[in-house]
Amino acid sequence: MTTTDQIADVAPTRVSARGLLRALTRSRVTLAGLVITGVLTIVAVLALLGALPHDPLVQDPPNRLLAPSAEYWFGTDQFGRDVFSRVAAGVGNSARIAAVAVAIAAVIGTAAGLVAGFYRGFSDTAIGGVTNILFAFPPLLLALALASVFQRTWFTVAVAIAIVYTPIFVRVTRGPVLSLREIDYVRAAVSTGQSRPAVMLKHVLPNITSIIIVQVTLSLSWAVLTEASLSFLGLGTPPPAPSLGSMIFEARTLVTVAPWTMLAPGLVVVALIAGLNLLGDGLRDRYDRRGRGAR
Amino acid sequence: MLDTLVHNGVVRRVAQSVFTLFGVAVVVFVVLRAIPGDQITANLGTEAAALTPDQRAALESYYGLDQPLLTQFFGWLGNILTGNLGFSARAQTSVADLTLQALPVTFELAVLSILLALVIGIPLGMLSASRPNSARDATGQVVGLAGLSVPAFLLATTLTSVLASRFGFNPNGEPFARFFDDPLLNLQQMLLPSLVLGFGVAAPILRTTRTAVLEVASDDFVRTARAKGVPARRLQIRHVLRNALVPIATMTGLQFGYLLGGAVVVEQIFSIPGIGRQVLLGIQQNEYALVQSTVLVIALAFVLVNLLTDLLYRIIDPRVRAA
Repeated sequence: MTTTDQIADVAPTRVSARGLLRALTRSRVTLAGLVITGVLTIVAVLALLGALPHDPLVQDPPNRLLAPSAEYWFGTDQFGRDVFSRVAAGVGNSARIAAVAVAIAAVIGTAAGLVAGFYRGFSDTAIGGVTNILFAFPPLLLALALASVFQRTWFTVAVAIAIVYTPIFVRVTRGPVLSLREIDYVRAAVSTGQSRPAVMLKHVLPNITSIIIVQVTLSLSWAVLTEASLSFLGLGTPPPAPSLGSMIFEARTLVTVAPWTMLAPGLVVVALIAGLNLLGDGLRDRYDRRGRGAR
Repeated sequence: MLDTLVHNGVVRRVAQSVFTLFGVAVVVFVVLRAIPGDQITANLGTEAAALTPDQRAALESYYGLDQPLLTQFFGWLGNILTGNLGFSARAQTSVADLTLQALPVTFELAVLSILLALVIGIPLGMLSASRPNSARDATGQVVGLAGLSVPAFLLATTLTSVLASRFGFNPNGEPFARFFDDPLLNLQQMLLPSLVLGFGVAAPILRTTRTAVLEVASDDFVRTARAKGVPARRLQIRHVLRNALVPIATMTGLQFGYLLGGAVVVEQIFSIPGIGRQVLLGIQQNEYALVQSTVLVIALAFVLVNLLTDLLYRIIDPRVRAA
C-alpha cells in the first residue's frame, strides 16, 4: 500500500456512460470485479436497511459457537450471535465508511488538483506544500493517529481515511490538468472570454473523468482495507457495531474451536478488497496511458 | 559542484524536504493538541477532576500549558531538535531512549521483509512476463492480487493461530530476543512478521517487475542480442532484468511507507517491540509525548528514505536529471 502504487497512471479522457459500460463488461477481469462488488454492494445495502436473517447484536448464549447450519448460515460466535448477519452488517459498515471517505477525498482532492494545475502560482505552491506534508506520513499511521484523535463514530473514521486519501486525488489530477490547460481548445475557450472557473468545469474536468473513475475504484479497496485494519486494532468503528476487522480480532482465539468465526469475515473482507482491485485494475488497463494491451 | 547540484534540482529537492518536515511538525503538534483532555488528565485520569483551581493552574504552568500555543510549539520543536523527545510516564524513561531501543527492531523487520518481498516478487514477476496471458502469467497475477487483497492482520492472525495450534510453533510467545542477544530465536521471531509484510510488498514488486520486463523485452537491443545468439537465460538476466531493475528499485524504496504502516499492525500481533507498537501503545495509553515524538520520528524516516530514493535515482538514471 504505497503512495505511488496507489496512483493510477491513466491517460486523461472523457468517459461517456456508454464507454464506461463497455469498459466494465468487455474484459473478464473487470467483469469478475463487477460481479463480486455488485453482490457485496447488494448485501451492504440490505444490511444497512436492516434486512438480515438475525439481529447482529442480540446475544443468545445457549446457541453459542454453533457450526454453520440452515438456521445460522455462517454459524454463531462466542455470544451466540449470528455470524452471517454480523458479517453482512460488517460489509454494510465497511461499504458506508469507504464510500463516504472516498467521496470526500475525491471531491476535495479533485477540486484542489484542478485549482493547483489550472491557476498555478500561489495556489499551486500552497496546495503542493500541504500535499507533500500529508504524503510524509505512512498512510495507515496517519489514519491511525487521526482516528485516535476524533470522538469515534463511523463518520469520523471515514473522515480520517478521507484526509489520508485526499492528497492522492490532488496528485493524480494536477498533472493532467497542467497539460490540458495548454491544449488549443482550452486556450481558445479562455480567449473567447469565458471565466476561468467555467472553462475549468466545462472543458478541463470532463477530460479527467477517466483518471477520477480509476482512482476512485482503487481508493475504495484501500479504504476498506484501512477501515478493517483500524477496527482490528480497536481504533475503527466503535463497538458494538459489527465490523469485519474487529470480528477477525475477536475470532483469533476461536480459530481452533470455531473456525467459521474467522473464515467468514476473513474471506468476505478479502473478496471485497479483491473485487474492488480487479475492477480498478481492469479499468486502469482500459484507460492506460500506453494504450490497450501494453500490460 | 554546487552549480551541478542546483542544476540537477538536488538543492531544491532537499529544501522541499526540510519545508515538508516543518509542516509535518506543525501537523503533529496541532493534531495532538486537538485531543480532548490534556497532559494533566492523561497523567491523573479521573483524579484530575478533583484538582483545585490552584493545583490545576500550578500543573498547567509546570507543563507549560498556560503559555501561548506558538510558544509551546517552538519550545517543543526546540526540544525535539536538541534530542529531547519527552518522557514516558508509564515506561519511566525518556522517549528518546525508547525510540533508540525500538528503531533497530523495526529496521531489522523492514530489511527482512524487503528481502523476502524481492525473493518472492522478482522471480514471479519474471515468470509472469515470460509468457504473457498464459497459465503461468495468471498464477503470478493471482499471487499479486492476493498480496494486495489479503490484509496483513488477517494473514498474521491466521498464520499464528494455525501454526501454534497445529504445529506448536509459536516463537513469538516467548519474550522478545534482540538479534545480538540470541540471533537464532530472534530470527525465528522475525520469520512470520517479515513473511506477512514481505507478502504485501511482494505484490507491487511483482507487478512492477512484470510490466518493466515486458517493456524492456520489446526493446530493439534485446532483439539484436537474441539475433546475435545470446542464450535465453543469459538474455533474460543480463539484458532484460538488468534494465528492468531501475523501476523495481524505485518501487522497492517506495514500499517503505507501507512497511512502516504495516509494522504497526504486524508488530502488535507478533509482540515485536518496534516503533509501530510504540505508537499504538502511546495511543492506547494517552501518552502524548510518546505518540507525538514517535510519529514525528517515523515521518522523518519516511521523508529521508523518499529523499534518498529520489537522489539515488538521479544518480542511477541520468535521464531523470534533466526532468
